[in-house]
Amino acid sequence: MPFEILEHEADAGVRGIGRTLEEAFSEGARGMFSLMVELERVSPKERVELECRADSLETLFVAWLGELLLKRDLTGLVFSKFAVRISREGEGYRLHGEAWGEPLDPQRHGAKVEVKAATYAGLKLERRAPSGPGEEYLIQCVVDL
Amino acid sequence: MVNLELKRISDYVWELPKQGEMRVPGRIYGDQRIIDHLLKESGAAKEWNALLQVYNVATLPGIVKASLAMPDIHPGYGFPIGGVAAFDPKDGGVVAMGGIGFDINCGVRTLRTPLKRHDIEAKKEELADRLFRDIPAGLGSTGELKLSMKEIDQVLMQGAEFAIARGYGFPEDLEYTEERGRIAGCDPGTVSPQAKERQFKQVGTLGSGNHYLEVQYVEEIYDEVAAKAYGLEKDQVLVAIHCGSRALGHQIGQDYLQELERASKKYGIPIRERELVCAPIESPEGERYISAVNCGINCAFANRQALAHLVRKTLAATFGLRLEEIKMLYDVGHNTAKFEVHEVDGQRKRLLVHRKGSTRAFGPGREENPQRYRDVGHPIFIGGTMGTYSYIMRGTEKGLREAFGSGIHGAGREMSREKAKKQFRGEQLREELKKQGITVRGHSMAGLAEEAPGAYKDIEIVAAAAHNSGINQRVARLRPMVVVKG
Repeated sequence: MPFEILEHEADAGVRGIGRTLEEAFSEGARGMFSLMVELERVSPKERVELECRADSLETLFVAWLGELLLKRDLTGLVFSKFAVRISREGEGYRLHGEAWGEPLDPQRHGAKVEVKAATYAGLKLERRAPSGPGEEYLIQCVVDL
Repeated sequence: MVNLELKRISDYVWELPKQGEMRVPGRIYGDQRIIDHLLKESGAAKEWNALLQVYNVATLPGIVKASLAMPDIHPGYGFPIGGVAAFDPKDGGVVAMGGIGFDINCGVRTLRTPLKRHDIEAKKEELADRLFRDIPAGLGSTGELKLSMKEIDQVLMQGAEFAIARGYGFPEDLEYTEERGRIAGCDPGTVSPQAKERQFKQVGTLGSGNHYLEVQYVEEIYDEVAAKAYGLEKDQVLVAIHCGSRALGHQIGQDYLQELERASKKYGIPIRERELVCAPIESPEGERYISAVNCGINCAFANRQALAHLVRKTLAATFGLRLEEIKMLYDVGHNTAKFEVHEVDGQRKRLLVHRKGSTRAFGPGREENPQRYRDVGHPIFIGGTMGTYSYIMRGTEKGLREAFGSGIHGAGREMSREKAKKQFRGEQLREELKKQGITVRGHSMAGLAEEAPGAYKDIEIVAAAAHNSGINQRVARLRPMVVVKG
């Protein structure tokens, strides 16, 4: 299961799971967009690039989701495919991301609810079975609907 | 380990006794059923529970009197939804993002019309179609007002006045808008260019999720005196518009998360949950954030002002009315932090009152109330679900004394959105409601399912608890006829 939607009364939690941290971040983004549209109906035709920084890996995830929401509103695109590169920068972290999608067509994409923001609530990063064959990363937060 | 046992003060007031890191006790308004649900959720050790959030808020510096929760309490982020907390700037008090949320000044504007229930009945489907067509709503929708960077700054400073100057409504509307539709203390320089840019096309849009537009009639009146002051009578048709500051507010929240996290560390504020990031009210960071929030508050006022005008135009065209015949009942927010003067232990203090999913409900006597409502307090609109009643209520003197003049804002969710989607189908729900005489139009069937009446607490119970606790008073009960969901 690459991403999961977590139950929350008022909002929803998104959890990305991946073999690498970058994959988990990408899956988390897919989780967030799955709340807004039917992912498989969004073809990855157009590409945007974005960058963000944060003091910790956890808050970098929230910044990444926030940047994607900003891009959604500025470009009118919705995304279904993501790629992420994370590097250290000074005391903190820097993320370079790419997102692929197309202009929102509410009918065709099966528009659902609008995600307003990514929050620090329920924010958690876990590394399971470190350096073993089953190693995976899990990153999650609550998004505001 | 936090002990989340509650002490019963009365049938409708419960206390979370001061313990551990709490600076003040917690106080929750609700009846036995509401409290039982709350305890069950906290006992289930879920990743987020509302009672623990009441505790966490009580640990913040400068909190005054109690960490409060209204009867519509449910888990939020940082603060519970239905949470109220006041902070004293002179006692190290903080401004906390979790107490405001990302949809700054989300609220309800209620219009009162000269129409009666039977007028709507005759044209229900037509009205629903027209409202659905005329009011921009749903994911990705844009408004007819397209703004430049300079104009956005005016929106942030002028609030509802900006929309009125552009022909959206009338100056009299301001009298019946909280803060007269324009809060002071807002420097647009504290709002990022990307937040402003995100808003260019979103002024005058409803949004999605739990935001809606509802045409209702007054089914029952409980408080004749207040109803008279509000100009309400039986069978009269009202329109409620529920929305907030749209993308601008969302981006202000997103932008300030990191800044407030750094401030929490810089000022050594111990926060029990990351989403409680905050800054002292009297710090450069706190002042900047409060200014940005005020910009968001004004943006929401402008947004509801623009939407109200679109609703007026549609109603006027459908029923042959003049726009002026559709009047304002009131416009009030339920996601805000505001400086207000309250009496604490016999002393009048200027406090920053956070209300996250709680409506300001200033009872009789407060000078902020419009002249016409001075003796009874201003009305608050309590949104039920699309299939159940809504209420017009008002604040009381007791509410001012005990709860900083606060009230409930809705039914409050009981079931998660994910669960609701699995349990209900949008199309089926629409048909069932139609049989009950409620016409629903939604931009998303999945969104409709998430908002199913069965996913919410029973509004009757929540409104009764608020009324019986004495902090709010029921004035009238409304029944929906036409609902447009974003």
